[in-house]
Amino acid sequence: MPDLEDHAFVNRIADMTGKTWAYEDFVEGASLDLGSKNVSAAEIVEFASEFDAQPMHLDEEAGKASILGGLSASGWHTCAMFMRMLCDAFLLDSTSQGSPGIEHVKWKKPVLAGDRLTGKVTVLSKRQSKSRPQLGLVSMRSELFNQRGECVFELENTGMFLTREAVA
Amino acid sequence: MTLDEYFLIGETVTLGSHKFEADEIKAFARKYDPQVFHVDEEAANKSVLGGLCASGWHTAATWMKYNLEKRMETEGVRWTGPGPQPEFGPSPGFRNLKWLKPVYAGETVTFTRTALAHRPLAGRPGWSLLTLRSEGFDSTGDKVIEFDSAVLVKVE
Repeated sequence: MPDLEDHAFVNRIADMTGKTWAYEDFVEGASLDLGSKNVSAAEIVEFASEFDAQPMHLDEEAGKASILGGLSASGWHTCAMFMRMLCDAFLLDSTSQGSPGIEHVKWKKPVLAGDRLTGKVTVLSKRQSKSRPQLGLVSMRSELFNQRGECVFELENTGMFLTREAVA
Repeated sequence: MTLDEYFLIGETVTLGSHKFEADEIKAFARKYDPQVFHVDEEAANKSVLGGLCASGWHTAATWMKYNLEKRMETEGVRWTGPGPQPEFGPSPGFRNLKWLKPVYAGETVTFTRTALAHRPLAGRPGWSLLTLRSEGFDSTGDKVIEFDSAVLVKVE
């Protein structure tokens, strides 16, 4: 959690003017579109080579022979792709102060080479911090879907955002 | 040998240590998490985190890297139980992931894994679900990441 007395944090507030998304802009029950992302075989293999070098993430034939049924992205790669979609959709243009963690991630179905992912974030609840009223906590459920509309990934977490008043 | 012995239930295994260099922090973040405190030293110094630090997803994925290296190193070598050697499959997900402290550029994180329990999966004959506690500690011994994960294992 950021310390509001900290000088660096005061600078951060100054940098936050002009951001489209502040705490007040998140509405309970509303959904935000995460755009779309095409998943290539090359990027699946690239990520897996560095972080998750299991055969089903590296090789088409091994993937087909596996329980996943094809060359499939590492679950950690799906997390990373989701993060990029979140950044591009609104996080970089928000007063985000990061997230302390993730309540859960479910890798519900394999993400295969050639899949086209779309996603949405639904605001579950929100509240202003009692000890730091300039900070709001937004609880969110995020989902990614493949081109058949199947939910392949679900994530719940709480994000911290400065209030518009704090950055004005 | 029992599955409990093979999985080292209850034992904390040190997976390895990784130094997070500025260049790789930025390379990962440019692709997947381009928030200022992960891609730009100067902006990071002025940010809420006070310096360039790894994306939390970079830290988590690096746990997996070392988890896997340790698994492969031991796989095939030690299984002396009845039937085929247990085979690790996919994971259904994780819970309670906490990024407890920023991992700043130049910091070294030591990753660990503790196997907690395993149970047969009713819907998937021949497969068991192994639950794990995963953690990472920085050079001062402070915990920087923790999460509870699980992995399917083919045991028959």
